[in-house]
Amino acid sequence: MSSVVVDKAKVPWWVSNVIVPLVNLTLALIVSGLFVFIAGENPIEAVKLILYGSFGYIQGFAYTLYYTTNFIFTGLAFAVAFHCRLFNIGGEGQAYIGGLGVFLVAANLSFLPVPIVWLLAIFGAFLFGAAWAFIPAYLQATRGSHVVITTIMFNFIASSLMIFLLVDVIRDTNQMAPHTIKLPKELWLPSFESFSGILGLKIRYSPLNLTFLLAIASLFFVWFLVWKTRWGYEMRAVGHNAQAAIYAGISPYKNIIIAMCISGGLAGLLSINEILGVSHKIQAGFPAGYGFTGIAVALMGRNHPVGILPAAFLFGILYQGGSEVTFEMPNITRYMFVAVQGLIILFSGALENLFRPQIESFFVTRLNKDVKI
Amino acid sequence: MEFLSDIASLINSTLRISTPLVFAAMAGIFAERSGVIDFSLEGKMLMAAFVAAVGTYYLGNPWIGLLLAILACVSLSMLHGFASVTHKGDQVVSCVAINILIIGLTTALAAAWFGQGGLTPTLTEEQRFLEITLPFADSLRDVPVIGIIYSDILSGHFVFVYLAYISVPIVFWIVFKTSFGLRLRAVGENPSAVDTAGINVFAMRYKALAINGVLIAFAGAHLSTAMNANFFREMSAGRGYLALAAMIFGKWHPKTALIACLLFGFTDALQIRLQGVELPAIGEIPVQLIQAIPYVLTVILLAGFVGKAIAPNAIGQPYIKER
Repeated sequence: MSSVVVDKAKVPWWVSNVIVPLVNLTLALIVSGLFVFIAGENPIEAVKLILYGSFGYIQGFAYTLYYTTNFIFTGLAFAVAFHCRLFNIGGEGQAYIGGLGVFLVAANLSFLPVPIVWLLAIFGAFLFGAAWAFIPAYLQATRGSHVVITTIMFNFIASSLMIFLLVDVIRDTNQMAPHTIKLPKELWLPSFESFSGILGLKIRYSPLNLTFLLAIASLFFVWFLVWKTRWGYEMRAVGHNAQAAIYAGISPYKNIIIAMCISGGLAGLLSINEILGVSHKIQAGFPAGYGFTGIAVALMGRNHPVGILPAAFLFGILYQGGSEVTFEMPNITRYMFVAVQGLIILFSGALENLFRPQIESFFVTRLNKDVKI
Repeated sequence: MEFLSDIASLINSTLRISTPLVFAAMAGIFAERSGVIDFSLEGKMLMAAFVAAVGTYYLGNPWIGLLLAILACVSLSMLHGFASVTHKGDQVVSCVAINILIIGLTTALAAAWFGQGGLTPTLTEEQRFLEITLPFADSLRDVPVIGIIYSDILSGHFVFVYLAYISVPIVFWIVFKTSFGLRLRAVGENPSAVDTAGINVFAMRYKALAINGVLIAFAGAHLSTAMNANFFREMSAGRGYLALAAMIFGKWHPKTALIACLLFGFTDALQIRLQGVELPAIGEIPVQLIQAIPYVLTVILLAGFVGKAIAPNAIGQPYIKER
């Protein structure tokens, strides 16, 4: 297999960045179909349900975009750290703590004008998420403690801490369930249904809200930061070769910490969507696996905002369509879609070179033939 | 006397709780000493727990369940090797993929097959592993000192507990006293030198991963067919990561890794005991915060208050054979 040698310069960009990822994705989905079959359901029917659930009706589509919003944040979070060769798998905990930031700002500063509260809440989400990523970052930079283990541990710690706070400190005392009081109504971010009248659509409820635009803005923000600023260059240099970066006068220490904090901050923004946009309170366990899905989103999108947007959309389809499937097919639970994420990470991350040489050489010989004729 | 028996039962639970960690840490030593990062201990442990529980339920014998768990874990190790050794994919990404895949797959299949929200059916007393009472444990109970050590601490454990502690000297012997162990460590430190000496680097790494799969299967089977009588969702609860932290803290060495595992086990045993207890001066600590103690301890140990951990030199790098 490894005997296939391809001149990288001759490979057109769309082969390595579009065709190969699509082949990998297809492989992952084929194996997923196999799992659905093992679980005792028809994979073709499942695909039909997924497409109907995510595109078939306007409300379903709104849900798809709502999930997409979350995945853009967590996907970007993983991607930023990954450019510095850091595996931030703590998006889950960073989003959870970010929620605390949003709630504290919104609950305590509600006397300020609403748009200012929103801006401060975004700041709070970013700051709290970044702070939760700071300790693993600091330990990685100074002590070499691997961020994969420390960020996972910080997920567990965040979960314990938040449950403690929700049960004993900030719980809505009129309720038994561990969640806070609802935020005042004027602070809720306008949702899609309030705009749908203008568009001539009629829907009852959708969780899609203004945060979607913040997610799109974040895509531009990350693109600019990583590829257009001096800091982004330094960070990528550290990721490529820390030794060379040191010779060039770039501090890996500083860049590791900044990359992780921005990563954690982006994960924290997820809580804007969940708290200001949808539930208007902190609920126990609200990040619900979005942080982990971000890993798959980023790896599928090749860690670039241009790739992360379609990857996040694809996962939005899988999530929303998936809930349709779990509703219709008793043997399929949402955990099946966790397995699908694992497969996508496997095929588009770890096994991304499985067929790459063959595909690239196929296209290179094809295209060169055309030139000769 | 009350105090002594308290201590005895604390040590007893420490030994029991540390068992899966010890297996996992030993498994990790094989993979990482050969130069392959293994964050997928968590996923493999979960897979083993699931396969052992389901296999035992259908076939009625926990040893067959264990055998199937070993097969499943070795397969996952081979998958990790296929991605990261043969295809030179990123080792950490491969591990994360395996972990997420297994978290999803085990619970999804348990729910699909048994319809109990991700639980497998409870195994009967005949089906699962039971505690072993060592010979003469009852008659020696009243003998001072020996009675407590032998009857209360050493006797009455599952077979896995004894196997775990026996495995430590064996792993030590294999890794540090045999030519296989020398090659294993050399492959992790300087693969090109080993290659020059005519040893196949890829084959060594695959062998190390196979042993890794066997060992981690014991950890999972212990969880679902001995400590508990069924599989439940995410039952490994971060133990794979704890074991990995113990291994790193133990500097990739079986003896020190064992000590770190026992420390984790002790903290966990103590944590369970502290729940709902009024402490002098502090008062009762909320249960959620107590439960976080092992995770906080992991971070503290990893921060290395005993010096920076030095990993095998070639860890995480795929070996590219020169032509």
